[in-house]
Amino acid sequence: MKDIITLAIESSCDETCAAVLKNGRYILSNVVSTQIDLHKKFGGVVPEVASRKHIENIQPVIQKALDDANLTFNDIDIIGVTYGPGLVGALLVGLSSAKALAFSLSVPLIGVNHVEGHIAANFIDHKDLNPPFICLIVSGGHTHLVEVKDYGEYEVLGKTRDDAAGEAFDKIARALDLGYPGGPKIDKLSKIGNKNAIEFPRVYIDDESFDFSFSGLKSAALNYLNSKKMKNEDIVVEDIAASFQEAVLEVLVNKSIKAAITKGYDKIVLAGGVAANSRLREMFDEKGKEHKIDIKYPSLALCTDNAAMIGCAAYYDYLKGKVSDLNLNAVPNLKLGQR
Amino acid sequence: MKVLGIDTSSKVAAVAIMDEDKLIGEYIINSNKSHSEKLMPIIQEIFSQCNLTVDDIDLVAVCIGPGSFTGLRIGVATAKSIAHSKQIPIVCVNSLETLAFNMNLSKGIICPIIDAQRNDVYTSKYTWENNSLLCIEDISVKNIDVLIDQIKDRYEQIIVVGDAVDIHKEKLESLNNIYISPNSHKVPRASSVCQIALEKYKNNIIDDYMTANPLYIRKSQAEVEYEERQRRMGENG
Ligand SMILES: [Zn+2]
Repeated sequence: MKDIITLAIESSCDETCAAVLKNGRYILSNVVSTQIDLHKKFGGVVPEVASRKHIENIQPVIQKALDDANLTFNDIDIIGVTYGPGLVGALLVGLSSAKALAFSLSVPLIGVNHVEGHIAANFIDHKDLNPPFICLIVSGGHTHLVEVKDYGEYEVLGKTRDDAAGEAFDKIARALDLGYPGGPKIDKLSKIGNKNAIEFPRVYIDDESFDFSFSGLKSAALNYLNSKKMKNEDIVVEDIAASFQEAVLEVLVNKSIKAAITKGYDKIVLAGGVAANSRLREMFDEKGKEHKIDIKYPSLALCTDNAAMIGCAAYYDYLKGKVSDLNLNAVPNLKLGQR
Repeated sequence: MKVLGIDTSSKVAAVAIMDEDKLIGEYIINSNKSHSEKLMPIIQEIFSQCNLTVDDIDLVAVCIGPGSFTGLRIGVATAKSIAHSKQIPIVCVNSLETLAFNMNLSKGIICPIIDAQRNDVYTSKYTWENNSLLCIEDISVKNIDVLIDQIKDRYEQIIVVGDAVDIHKEKLESLNNIYISPNSHKVPRASSVCQIALEKYKNNIIDDYMTANPLYIRKSQAEVEYEERQRRMGENG
């Protein structure tokens, strides 16, 4: 059988990405042009600034992906692109480029859900991994507990009712003056901090629910900081970071394990930027051993936003005949499993 | 030489194919549908109706603005990717010259106005001299009342074109030296984009898929606010 070469494009937030894959799971190139430095002075991603940078970056990034793969446009069989969820203006740059390329090259266009891309990152790193499994997707924008029944078939078991886990990390990091983005900094500080120093609440909502809520924990941490400040007492940033992180991660791990046991799965897969957190991986590995559940997570490079994961998801959608029309629009609040 | 012209600087999506001798096809859709939903389908349709493929195109002409930021990016991203995949050049055309070009060979001053929100317009001034379009005032953002004040007694005859005409119709109609362009010429036309591009190409004003980018005129709101904060901090020592 002839190889299928996918060109994938991702521009949903502040990274302009393009990748080339062979048969969905083999990366030939994976180019990520990050805008983190551009947004630092604003303390977060500014949509208009991101969109302006995307349109300057997109062609060089696509060309580099082709060059790194040693291929030309003529070798491309399908084009995959993120069409949601994300920042609408940012999404539209990648989407418009992908649509024009698909038309110009006369190849199928496959619109991909960004969150499904994060899940698919695992298929690239673990060649023997196949659905079904339980997947925890945690990032700056998402906290989802999902039953992945087959390629492209998802049932959302639970999601956050307020802040995403990564968002909570960013907000606490800001309150601690750690700068942006906060997740990796909290992770680093936690390694030297005492995770039992402060007893922050673990919010489980109720026994039946697989939903998450982090706003209460976030307020507790902010209140703690304020009261220390009012009393003019010194704070130990490392201890706050470690204690806060432990409270977030414990709930994520326990709910995921419970979901696997309840639904009868022996595999849990992690996805999204927060899956790069070293303590989260450690806790999952421990709990996985205890309950004889196989834990998988992507390599660090594939945890954060990239186009390779979008290409992998596009490949499996293509095999299932899910091809998009050229009138495809960006859907900023696209739900998992929605088309 | 066949040119594919694209204009998404306003609500109007316009696409045309032209060569040196004739306009081969043109689509102008002024509906509320988003550019993302209408642009590629009309590009697809124009190629099919004209019995052409992208391989027949030698040059992509695109309107780079000023106009709606998101709209501009959809058109420019589309133009860049077509040019990139086929390794053909791009000619950038600005939205105000496109509108002025619609009033081909008319007498007097042409003043294109494009909505820039909050009662502002992107504007400039053009005139026809010896069969060619001359820009006599650079592009700027102006409050509509300021602009009206400037033009109300200064010129004998001034023609206004562009999407902001409808928004400020009452104010404009009250002036007696102002002529409002007809509906047929008020909207950006991709055929105008193609025609201007052919001329620029002859004069070697050529871009490519790397260098072609939107012409925003305005900074992003976040940038403006950031600079304002920096300035105030500087003043306070
Ligand atoms: Zn992401």
